[in-house]
Amino acid sequence: MTTTDAPKAAPPPRGKRRIGDAVFAGLARGSGLLILAILAGVAAFLVIQAWPSLLANTSNFLTDQSWDANTREDPSFGVAALAFGTVLAASIALLLATPVAIGIALFIVYYAPRKLAATLGYLVDLLAAIPSVVYGLWGMMVLAPQLVPVYEGMTHYLGWIPLFAGPSSTSGRTLLTAGIVLAVMILPIITAMSRDVFHQVPQGHREAALAMGATRWEMIRLAVLPFGKSGIVGGAMLGLGRALGETMAVAMILSPALAISFNLLQSGNQTIAAHIALQYPEATGYGVSALIAAGLVLFAITLAVNMGARYVVARGNKESA
Amino acid sequence: MSTTTAQPPVPGPESGTKPDLRAGTLPRHFPLGLLVGCGVVVAGVLAAFSSFGLITWALLTAVAYSVIIVTASNRVEGGRKAKDRMVTAIVYGCFLLAMAPLVSLLYTVAGYGLDRFSPYFLTVSMNGVLPSMDAGGVYHAIVGTLAITGMATLLSVPIGVLTAVYLVEYAQGRIKKVITFFVDVMTGIPSIVAGLFVVALWMMLFGPGHTNGAAGALSLTVLMIPVVVRSSEEMLRLVSRDLREASYALGVPKWRTITKVVLPTSAAGLTTGIMLAIARVIGETAPLVLTAGSSAVSINWNLFDGQMMNLPVFIYSQFRMGGAVNYERAWAAALTLVLIVMLLFILARVIGRLFSPKTR
Repeated sequence: MTTTDAPKAAPPPRGKRRIGDAVFAGLARGSGLLILAILAGVAAFLVIQAWPSLLANTSNFLTDQSWDANTREDPSFGVAALAFGTVLAASIALLLATPVAIGIALFIVYYAPRKLAATLGYLVDLLAAIPSVVYGLWGMMVLAPQLVPVYEGMTHYLGWIPLFAGPSSTSGRTLLTAGIVLAVMILPIITAMSRDVFHQVPQGHREAALAMGATRWEMIRLAVLPFGKSGIVGGAMLGLGRALGETMAVAMILSPALAISFNLLQSGNQTIAAHIALQYPEATGYGVSALIAAGLVLFAITLAVNMGARYVVARGNKESA
Repeated sequence: MSTTTAQPPVPGPESGTKPDLRAGTLPRHFPLGLLVGCGVVVAGVLAAFSSFGLITWALLTAVAYSVIIVTASNRVEGGRKAKDRMVTAIVYGCFLLAMAPLVSLLYTVAGYGLDRFSPYFLTVSMNGVLPSMDAGGVYHAIVGTLAITGMATLLSVPIGVLTAVYLVEYAQGRIKKVITFFVDVMTGIPSIVAGLFVVALWMMLFGPGHTNGAAGALSLTVLMIPVVVRSSEEMLRLVSRDLREASYALGVPKWRTITKVVLPTSAAGLTTGIMLAIARVIGETAPLVLTAGSSAVSINWNLFDGQMMNLPVFIYSQFRMGGAVNYERAWAAALTLVLIVMLLFILARVIGRLFSPKTR
């Protein structure tokens, strides 16, 4: 992460141990440990509550594509279709958002007028402040209808690619629409991480490039991008983690369905998070327990992605240090 | 980056033919003039075909501008400069592209939301109002949002700030690494999983089907703690070491140094971080649908008794009902929520700027 040099934990003043010191240190330590306890609790309670349904499940939880869990007898459900939809939607978002985010970060750090740069940065941050339920409302009622003619055009001209095969959805409530909205939502995260790392590029590197007669783009290509690579990758993966777990926007945009489909312009796919939100109010029997199991899978996927992101960033920091 | 300085690109043959350094640059105000020109011409052409749309216009102007400036630059200034101009156009385009959804979103929320946004809407609940009636408001949801978010803040701020203090002032070695790592892990918990956690916990404690405001607050706390820890940590690290040492030199014990010197110095930064954290969780919908219930219609100040409506869930449930009046309510509630979030966001920045510590 991008922290300034930590003041080394100062040596405690010598002398008699004071009661206040002991109490305060204990409180601080206790909070730290409490966080560990909460996290352990999250994992433990999810596993405990998911267990009964997993035992009762008559089909393979990881490979089955259907969801028939709202019963007390022989529930049959699997997370395969949901996991597929989750990864597909998040990948679309990542592919769309990353190049734009790098462009925005470059704009704010190197192109925008100095005095305006901070304000323009806040504007991008505002995208992160808007609640996901409002994104869902907007995506469903404003964006989706506008995309319908675009999708028709895409099936007409690009229909030979399986991803865009027709006929396209007449409501625009497809995985691609969800992916676009997710892309907008993760844009500020990737931008913020890229901006941080672009700010850290040593001035010497940049000035050296410029002094040799490089244009601004050549300076960026030779000095900024190689230096910022790990930060960009890390930011993109953090964005991916956010997109994987995003619930409301997807739940409101996608029409309910459950299938594995590579077609981005028809309805059919669903994501884990959205499925949980949509199914929970109607869950009976083993339903809630099965949804908790699905939540565990989502937790595991995002955990893996986030840890990967931290690892990439940490390694990059070590290299550049 | 290797340790050697970046290699300058070898000058292409085209620059070898131009001995005069100042030869071949486009006039300084050429790009601006061209942009305005393109805008006017495209607007004219579109108007002639009577198909003027703001998005089409912006898109075509951007394309026309990029093509012309790259061609012109390639002619006058050579390939390298042309490439530079192209990248400049793309980078500006990226920023404008990101602003398009923001503007569209705020514009529609304000446009649709104002239809029903009124003092009446803000001060009555949905108690006794049928979903399709042309009445009712959002007061009970505002109450719920304030209560749930307030309790989440009360729970997560002490834990978060104290953990940050522990990480910056006390922890060393392995335990510090472990806590930092798990705070990072916690940052990545999807909000719906935080909701499921509380559902699981409540099922064990109270049996199935119990929803109340406290459950919602707890799920928001799980999401809020890591944000508070992260931002507080950054702020505490900004407090200079000299201040701490000056305090120690006067014989002040460590805990008094932290409470009387370190925390007050970083108070503004801490407040900013906390407000941004509140702004983040106040719009969370998914965990609250699971934990606080989505069918309450009356005003409920009691976090521990019964379902509790709140603004995000109100928007979602009105949206699910799907009637014209319901959509109007959803948009008006969205406007209310966006206004609250924006207010928090701006206030946080202002506080951060006005009261930031003057020690450097």
